[in-house]
Amino acid sequence: MIKAVNIHKSFGDSKVLKGIDMVFEKGKTNLIIGKSGAGKTVLLKILVGLFDPTQGEVWYDDINFFKLNKIDRRALRMKMGMLFQGGALFDSMTVEENIRFPLDMFSNMTAKEKSIRVNSCLERVNLEGVNKKYPSETSGGMQKRIGIARAIVFHPKYLFCDEPNSGLDPKTSILIDELISDITQENNITTVINTHDMNSVMEIGDKIALLHQGDLAWVGNKSEVLDTENDLLFDFIFASPFLKKLRDQAIKS
Amino acid sequence: MLMVQVFSVPENRRMYWRETIRQMYDIGIGSLIIVCLIAVFIGAVTAIQFAYQLDGTLVPDYYIGYIVRDMTIIELAPMLTCLVLAGKVGSNMASEIGGMRQKEHIDAMEIMGVNTASYLIMPKIIAALFVIPILVIISAFVSILGGFVASVPTGVLSVNEYVLGLRSFYVPYNIIIMLVKAVTFAFILTSVSCYQGYYVRGGSIELGKASTQAVVYSDILILLADLILVTVMTT
Repeated sequence: MIKAVNIHKSFGDSKVLKGIDMVFEKGKTNLIIGKSGAGKTVLLKILVGLFDPTQGEVWYDDINFFKLNKIDRRALRMKMGMLFQGGALFDSMTVEENIRFPLDMFSNMTAKEKSIRVNSCLERVNLEGVNKKYPSETSGGMQKRIGIARAIVFHPKYLFCDEPNSGLDPKTSILIDELISDITQENNITTVINTHDMNSVMEIGDKIALLHQGDLAWVGNKSEVLDTENDLLFDFIFASPFLKKLRDQAIKS
Repeated sequence: MLMVQVFSVPENRRMYWRETIRQMYDIGIGSLIIVCLIAVFIGAVTAIQFAYQLDGTLVPDYYIGYIVRDMTIIELAPMLTCLVLAGKVGSNMASEIGGMRQKEHIDAMEIMGVNTASYLIMPKIIAALFVIPILVIISAFVSILGGFVASVPTGVLSVNEYVLGLRSFYVPYNIIIMLVKAVTFAFILTSVSCYQGYYVRGGSIELGKASTQAVVYSDILILLADLILVTVMTT
């Protein structure tokens, strides 16, 4: 479980987050949604400690993250995995070297054990036989899956995904969503996803938080989305006339 | 503050060692040709220029060998080699680390728990501290050879005169000055360049600026350090 308590963040005079209180639950896919510029990425980066909040606390179970010293913070980060929007794969390393990197750095495993672990992660993301390829030789969807494989190679307790569907076609997006959701449930981990993909919201949103101009505008789950009376959520989810029409038809029928 | 993070205990010595070896190869082998090329011309120009300046004076010709040797060892080899390396190696380091910052590679490593300042910068500094003095020594040898090639076959000096010059008034302490300069300049050019790359913000224009600033600041600090060292070590 991750708990954000009264998170504020300002960049100069610009207030990006204005007091976010939120609990990200274990074994669930927790979605942060909102328009571009709503503060989603900033909140995610505060949760993982890439940004320090101007005010507020982040708790990992019973540990106050920002009270930790640098060494303890690094130790806690070894329990995190993160999928970046652009993949953030090391382009001068092969796929195998990318996934193996955390193992090389922090484990005492033998080369054979590492190889087995890497292959099992690749198998888990349905991506076998690409070990020797470079990231630039793979497609966008494959890069996302390689990113997921790297994020889970150390069996994290917390998984963070920054816009995992960006740049992907709808079908591949759904595959990536299902993969993240399955991994979350299989390993009973706390997953936080930052997205504005509606498929993700409706498919895997165990818990959804809508950010609007730095404020928490709505919290609920996917089954509550369709019946919402929250104007901000309604405008966000049914942004196009086509979707509004579909919703009206669904309610009528 | 950055240096405190850089010189903290490595998470995995083997990974750091591997990275250090890679950097040694990149800095050493990658810069050898340009360093030798510049060194040949430094020696050649120094020899010919001093032959011209001493022509018609009472100073013996063999002094040209002596002047080439000491100018190269004390000043030209360490200073010019490191200025060139600031341009080649320094800008490369700033671009490499800055590119990693922009592509979120550094963030990805941070999330894994890696001390990125240490992993990305310490191997470069250690590699430079070992390899750049070797390049400077090679540069000094090649420069003296360049002086020989420019002055002996052209008839400015005989072989015996040049060799006599090289053997005259030899002060071993000058080698110490050369090595101290080389180590100091190596530290300056790598730390300044890595700093510029590590803290780059923005896009490709900022990355280009960081790379340029790495070279400019390194050059200025090298020249300043040169003045301080030569004052402290020779007076």
